Amino acid sequence: MPDSRFKVLTSASTSGPGDAGRTGSWRVERPIIDYSRCTPAKTGKASCHLCWLYCPDNVVSKTLEPKIDLEYCKGCGICAEECPVKAIEMVSEEQFVKGGEDE
Amino acid sequence: MSEKLIDSGNNAAAMAVQLAAAEVIAAYPITPQTPLTEKLSELIAAGKMDAEYVAVESEHSALGVCIGAASAGVRAFTATSSNGLLYMSEQLHWAAGSRLPLVMCVVNRGIGAPWSVWNDHQDAMSQRDAGWIQIFAKDHQEIVDMTLKAFRLAELVHIPVMVNYDGYYLSHTYMPFELPDAQTVREFLPTYDYAHTLDPEKPESLNTVTLPDARNDINGVKQPGYMDIRHNLHQEMRLALQVWEEIDADFQQRFGRGGTPILDPYRCDDADFVVVAMGTLANQFHDVVDRLRDEGLKVGVLALQIYRPFPTAIIAEALQSVKAVLVYEKGLSYGNQGALYADLKSALYPYPNRPQLHNFIVGLGGRDIGTEDLYQTLKTACLQEALGTPEQNDTPQWIGLQL
Repeated sequence: MPDSRFKVLTSASTSGPGDAGRTGSWRVERPIIDYSRCTPAKTGKASCHLCWLYCPDNVVSKTLEPKIDLEYCKGCGICAEECPVKAIEMVSEEQFVKGGEDE
Repeated sequence: MSEKLIDSGNNAAAMAVQLAAAEVIAAYPITPQTPLTEKLSELIAAGKMDAEYVAVESEHSALGVCIGAASAGVRAFTATSSNGLLYMSEQLHWAAGSRLPLVMCVVNRGIGAPWSVWNDHQDAMSQRDAGWIQIFAKDHQEIVDMTLKAFRLAELVHIPVMVNYDGYYLSHTYMPFELPDAQTVREFLPTYDYAHTLDPEKPESLNTVTLPDARNDINGVKQPGYMDIRHNLHQEMRLALQVWEEIDADFQQRFGRGGTPILDPYRCDDADFVVVAMGTLANQFHDVVDRLRDEGLKVGVLALQIYRPFPTAIIAEALQSVKAVLVYEKGLSYGNQGALYADLKSALYPYPNRPQLHNFIVGLGGRDIGTEDLYQTLKTACLQEALGTPEQNDTPQWIGLQL
């Protein structure tokens, strides 16, 4: 054990949403889940949840309809890549921007 | 029971690591370090050491394995030389920033290009800002004792320690030394327990992207930002000097050797002129000092045992009232001066009666360091206190050039 005079500051943290700041602002593509294909949503059973398991920012909920916390989701697309039934689509953030030049 | 042996410096280091009961060894062979790792692999293969020897394809991986092992709470050791140390450089900074208590022997050798397998200190000096504690041994006994003390220091202050010893001068020469009693070593060096040991029951993210500012984590606990973590490393590295002295005192009580953890002076008490050097070079100066003393010159040599953290106040106090300090070193910061010289000059600057300082570069790439050359340059420096203009005085003199 370290000597008590030493604080030994390191970057060690419990992994969780916001662990690396408000990373939602980094996102250029947003994951959209199609619950008609999503295994736990379709079967009503707590199963699969690979999106929850693989999310590096811990922002996918382990619920029958998995929800993604867009405040912290940085749009990496790992959930879409891992989803075995291709229920997650990465959609350009431009689609969600309101108040474009034409409006 | 302690044991008196005559063996090589590399084998002395290996036996110290065996005594320290390191559990993971990952190293890549490079001259002149190779016999050290070979000896460790032999000890493990023969069942004389209960450790995992991980064969790796590079030095970068070697330190990577040790970082992983230490993160999992295991006492780990590696060793290298020269370009192998440079190949590890990224991981050196990583190990220090992670505050992992690793120990590494660096068997000092010149760095390429051009290739050189011979001794100087350029490898270690190039890594002085990596956040590692750097200590320098002068003989086989110090290799053994410093390696054991290095594990204790690293594990108390959570900063990795580099034990340096001169390639060939120590690594391949045979010298008598005492190997301490294993049970007493176990009492001196208790089992290692890391605060952030990787544990599946308590998952943690280690050293992920750390923001410039401090912030609250998901549990609402304030976490330091990058700069705070680095400031703490610096502060605790300074504080580690005191712990190094305490460890030395404890070691001396148990094993009867020690007392010079930071500075090892030879005939310095009434000296007007003091040579400062690291490693075997300091021992070589004993003969030169004796000869000049016989001629009536008040000369001494001060071996610097720990280079990082730099013992600024301790060395400045020791040297502030002498007439001149002569810094002989086996490396330099190209385009400037010797790194040790520059550090000493900076340490002495606040003292009003600071001594004259002169810098000598010797033995790069194994160029022979003639005792006669040391004698002549030191005598000249002593007899002519001011060699010229301040700029001339501040310019390093290269000894033994064959141009």
